[in-house]
Amino acid sequence: MDAILLQILNGLDKGGAYALIALGLTLVFGTLGVVNFAHGAIFMLGAFCAVSINALLKLEQVVLDPTQTTAWGTPLEIRTPYIESWLGEWGTLLIQYSVPISILFAIPVMLLIGLVMERGLIQFFYKRPHADQILVTFGLAIILQEIIKEIFGANPIPQSAPPLVAGSVSITETIVYPYWRIVYLFFSLTLISGVFAFLRFTTFGMVVRAGMQDRETVGLLGINIERRFTIVFGVATVVAGLAGVMYTPILPPDYHMGMDFLVLSFVVVVVGGMGSLGGAVSAGFLLGILQSFASMNEVNSILPGIDQIIIYLVAVVILLVRPRGLMGRKGVMED
Amino acid sequence: MFGISKINDIMLLVAFAAIILAGPIILEPIGASYPDLLQKFAIFGIFAIGFNILFGLTGYLSFGHAAFLGVGSYAAVWSFKLLSMNAIPAIAIAVVLSGLFALAIGYVSLRRAGIYFSILTLAFAQMSYNLAYSVLTPITNGETGLRVLRTDPRYLDVMFGADVGAAQPTTNFFGIEMTGWPGFYFCGIVLIAAFAFSIVIFRSPFGMTLRAIKSNQNRMGYTGFNSRPYLMSAFIISGMYAGLAGSLLAVTDPLAGAERMQWTASGEVVLMTILGGAGTLLGPVLGAGIIKYFENIFSAFNESVLNSLFEFMPEDVRHVVVEVAGLFVGDGWHLTLGVLFMIVVIFLPGGLMEGAMRVLRIKHSPKVTNIGKSPQRDIVGEGAIEENLDDRVRTAPARSKPTG
Repeated sequence: MDAILLQILNGLDKGGAYALIALGLTLVFGTLGVVNFAHGAIFMLGAFCAVSINALLKLEQVVLDPTQTTAWGTPLEIRTPYIESWLGEWGTLLIQYSVPISILFAIPVMLLIGLVMERGLIQFFYKRPHADQILVTFGLAIILQEIIKEIFGANPIPQSAPPLVAGSVSITETIVYPYWRIVYLFFSLTLISGVFAFLRFTTFGMVVRAGMQDRETVGLLGINIERRFTIVFGVATVVAGLAGVMYTPILPPDYHMGMDFLVLSFVVVVVGGMGSLGGAVSAGFLLGILQSFASMNEVNSILPGIDQIIIYLVAVVILLVRPRGLMGRKGVMED
Repeated sequence: MFGISKINDIMLLVAFAAIILAGPIILEPIGASYPDLLQKFAIFGIFAIGFNILFGLTGYLSFGHAAFLGVGSYAAVWSFKLLSMNAIPAIAIAVVLSGLFALAIGYVSLRRAGIYFSILTLAFAQMSYNLAYSVLTPITNGETGLRVLRTDPRYLDVMFGADVGAAQPTTNFFGIEMTGWPGFYFCGIVLIAAFAFSIVIFRSPFGMTLRAIKSNQNRMGYTGFNSRPYLMSAFIISGMYAGLAGSLLAVTDPLAGAERMQWTASGEVVLMTILGGAGTLLGPVLGAGIIKYFENIFSAFNESVLNSLFEFMPEDVRHVVVEVAGLFVGDGWHLTLGVLFMIVVIFLPGGLMEGAMRVLRIKHSPKVTNIGKSPQRDIVGEGAIEENLDDRVRTAPARSKPTG
């Protein structure tokens, strides 16, 4: 029983990441009708926002202390981050809390990236077929990923969670679970409900939903629907970016994490049903949990390697049984 | 069909064969005349021709074609290990196995079209890649890659009395070692055969059906046409082409690694095809040649080469230029690939063949506005298959207006 509970918990945080990325993919697809293969790269850019904030805060000042010497007889180098020498204890605290701080930084940065991407590239591809959209965003994903590789190198860069939530919590006697994963779960749930509330309860969201139903009519009513959709693209970018920022303490970011998550998130979208936001979110959590169940030792000893392919297998079965996905709407992406 | 005489096709094939076989001489001036690179041109040409049969004719964009390439390589190396160092059984086994693999993947993936199809094929390729790295290590030898060893059994070779285990084995074609120039000519002849087969497919009723599916699958369905078997055959043929290319990679260098199945490899063949021109006969080969040539040139560049290249510039400017250009060469080749990808898709959706057509103005060349609408024509100036229906509908009422 405990083992099952643990696997469900383990799956939830990964599922949260899948759900957040898949949510953005579906949102962009539902509004702009564009298939965005660069969405995984945006998730990765978010993660590297956290990395760069951390690196910035950790910029060190080197002072030679002639009174002390090292084992080689040279003066001892004392390295203190600038921020610590300026702000003292507050500086130390800032470094420790670099991941949450990065969120504040990532929101405007990701929004900007999203808007630039939409206005600079995506808007020219509304009318072109999906194959072209896939190819051009695929090229963009390669470029973003290679630039990150050029700047930060090919190795994963581990990030630490703030000390307050760094440890683990004992839920029952046998289940020990890292705090940060719980934080991530609640974070993703908050973000998802935030997006849903935004679409449900604001006038802006209402217009966007109306536009998703019938773009032309909304346009005829004198509403500049294109601009709102651009903002929706920005929102989707921010959601994916924040998912990336918060994921860094769980998985040390490297340049190809985006593509790994993108492929899985697309499968999540397919399973959930193209065009259904609820489907994307629930399929994200579902597949995350399934994946963590499949990586249990007991399961793996019976079916070796199942953890690597379970998501794809589920996708295949779903597509054979329910071609439209779990909650797919009729008429969306039928061809 | 469409006023294309058989003679034209035969002439095209003969010219193609002549260019391939004279490749070492023709490519001498641009410094590409060495066997390793020419082998790559030929092999990836085959890969792209196969991809084009699926994407160019049916419009189904597969993002997982590298999986078939990998399967072909592994199958060929296993044939070297277990049967014989001869290339023929290796190629035969690789083609059959990758065909079966394509049958399995196609059976599921072809249930959906459009973006679903792309995602499914991408997912299957990633799945194969993951499995090759983890569980299938006994078959694929994981990260190290599968290689031929002196101690392998090689039952067929033993049966024919070859001295197995005496020396480090090399691949051969009935005694001719498959390295260097013989290796290139072997690949080149296979490429010519593959090209000939693709001409046959393009001209056959089967090829016409595939184009019809691309142009309007719904209408095909309304006329009582079951398109699934045709798509399935196209997918399997194109998978077999990829397997053939994979086995040739193993023939020229008996080593197979999982990185061949990665999504970047799948993306590369897509780029080759669209760069040359999807749906054209020669385009994919041209695209493959260009990509492999630049990959080779760019990867070899380093800072000192760049410095000497930009020597005419003033010191400070040169420093900046070298710094920027350095991002795109050497290890940064993938960045160049990505940039190229975007440029081609944005500005030249019809690929180089379309661009050349426009420059040469052979007959009327329809302007291509997207990749899906690539011109169904080739170098001999075949008329466009897809008539511009929209234009006709729009202009028709104007013409039939009573004039007074």
